Amino acid sequence: MRNGRLVALRRRLIPYWLLGPGILWLILFFVVPMYFMGRLSLESGIFPEFQFDWSFSNYSDALSAYDTQFFRAFQYSAAATILSLLIAYPLAYAIAFRGGRWKNAMLLAVIAPFFTTYLIRTLAWETILSDNGFVVNTLQTLGLVSNDGRLLATTGAVVAGLTYNFLPFMILPIYASLERMDTSLVEAAKDLYASSRKAFLRVTLPISMPGVVAGTLLTFIPATGDYINAQFLGGAKQTMIGNVIQSLYLKQTDYPAAAALSFILMATMLIIVFIYIRFAGTEALMGEEAERR
Amino acid sequence: MEARAATLPAQRRLSAGSRVWRWVRQNAILIYGVLAIGYMLIPIGLIIVFSFNDPAGKFNFTWNGFTLSHWAHPFEITELTNALTLSLRLAALATLISTVLGTMIALALVRYDFFGRRASNYLIVIPTATPEVVLGASLLSLFLIYGLSLGFTTLLIAHVMFCISFVVIVVRSRLIGFDRSLEEAAQDLGADPFTTFRKITLPLIWPGIVAGALLAFALSIDDFVVSNFTAGTEVTFPLYIFGAAQRGIPVQVYIIATMLFAITLLAMAFTVWQQRRAERLASVRPEQEV
Repeated sequence: MRNGRLVALRRRLIPYWLLGPGILWLILFFVVPMYFMGRLSLESGIFPEFQFDWSFSNYSDALSAYDTQFFRAFQYSAAATILSLLIAYPLAYAIAFRGGRWKNAMLLAVIAPFFTTYLIRTLAWETILSDNGFVVNTLQTLGLVSNDGRLLATTGAVVAGLTYNFLPFMILPIYASLERMDTSLVEAAKDLYASSRKAFLRVTLPISMPGVVAGTLLTFIPATGDYINAQFLGGAKQTMIGNVIQSLYLKQTDYPAAAALSFILMATMLIIVFIYIRFAGTEALMGEEAERR
Repeated sequence: MEARAATLPAQRRLSAGSRVWRWVRQNAILIYGVLAIGYMLIPIGLIIVFSFNDPAGKFNFTWNGFTLSHWAHPFEITELTNALTLSLRLAALATLISTVLGTMIALALVRYDFFGRRASNYLIVIPTATPEVVLGASLLSLFLIYGLSLGFTTLLIAHVMFCISFVVIVVRSRLIGFDRSLEEAAQDLGADPFTTFRKITLPLIWPGIVAGALLAFALSIDDFVVSNFTAGTEVTFPLYIFGAAQRGIPVQVYIIATMLFAITLLAMAFTVWQQRRAERLASVRPEQEV
């Protein structure tokens, strides 16, 4: 009897043994750092002498000093997310329904950019758009860009870079949701005299929504915090909040301001994501429905 | 039938131009798809082409002439080679640790119902929904306050942290479709839980674990942002590129990028080929028995 209870207890403890090491790692190196960053954001002083004194003014000071970069980051990343969606949806659709025997090859091409380093891809775009490069010269000959005009150091270049770099994150979830779809539903809609357009809007699009939600989140979140594209493709007028945080932490060693900005960024992000999934449904993010079997 | 007969001659009367236009309209989405994929491959093409460039100055930005001399000495630049070795070592270790920890978490989450399951789920997802710059900044805050000197250890801690969640997500998706009656059958035949796990569970979820490990490796070797905050004086491959971007990128960076691209492509092809072969073998066996 006692033995039986012991076995039952040991069984109940199994998931905790399995979970323990990994979750501990995440608590120690994700949750605890957040606490210390919160603490740092309320300190005052000049490097290397900081004192903790609840200086909430760090938040208002940081935001009023860098509000331009803060809002610019959200604008750029929203623009890049919308552009990605417009490019990715028809592509995912083409691969899922018209790919035929080339489907796997097309998917391979979609993830091929991941086989080269993120920084090198961005550097390649810097080369393509560079001032004496082929693209700028051609556009200048055609008169589309003035003779001293540039493509680098423009808003367009940074948004294009963000769009390009996160495109696979948009394509893959949309493709996955379209691929799983039961195509007989579209046939049924057409049997009921729906036009192709209507069948797409009323059947295919709603079914692929979880993919769209996952794709937009996977694009929007990293794009907002990104500072590589602004660094390589943008100029002084295109710096984003990521550039500011990086520079405050690693160059100016103004840790309290940097920590406060990181917190504002994360809080804004969580609020946006929360509102977004409230409207769009959580399955895409958590995968809980699938998990319940 | 009659209607079709009526349209056929009409179709033949169409001019070549309008026939092309019809074909384009019918295949518009496919044509678009091919163009979009072409766009996605532009930078890769440029990287491969510029690895054969013979740049005039320090900056490899304009085409100056074809040369193989840099390909003859791809590992000539010591700093670059050291950075690459560091990245490979770091990615291998981070992959190993995060794959083991992540697989264990996935097993717990899918197999068991327990107190704290929901909270654990959130703890897995939230790091993936946090901008990398915040991950890096918060880790740096922790290391600063504890006075930990930055280096390989802090890099490893950080890389394992952001890889775990992705391993869990990949392995979990494989576990969800798992047929548990196979395990029960093994236990009915007298296998103890450990043997069942080793002989039945592990081989069946192995593709998921490999996929998770590959993703972790790719994330780790490609990471710039978190490493930027936690590396101290250590220089990984992406950090080297970032530093060199201001001084002028040597051609060797493009050569190594081309090599990495080719190796990954071959590895992918090999995995797919092996999978197909395994499927073929599996499908042949019952027929042979008949």
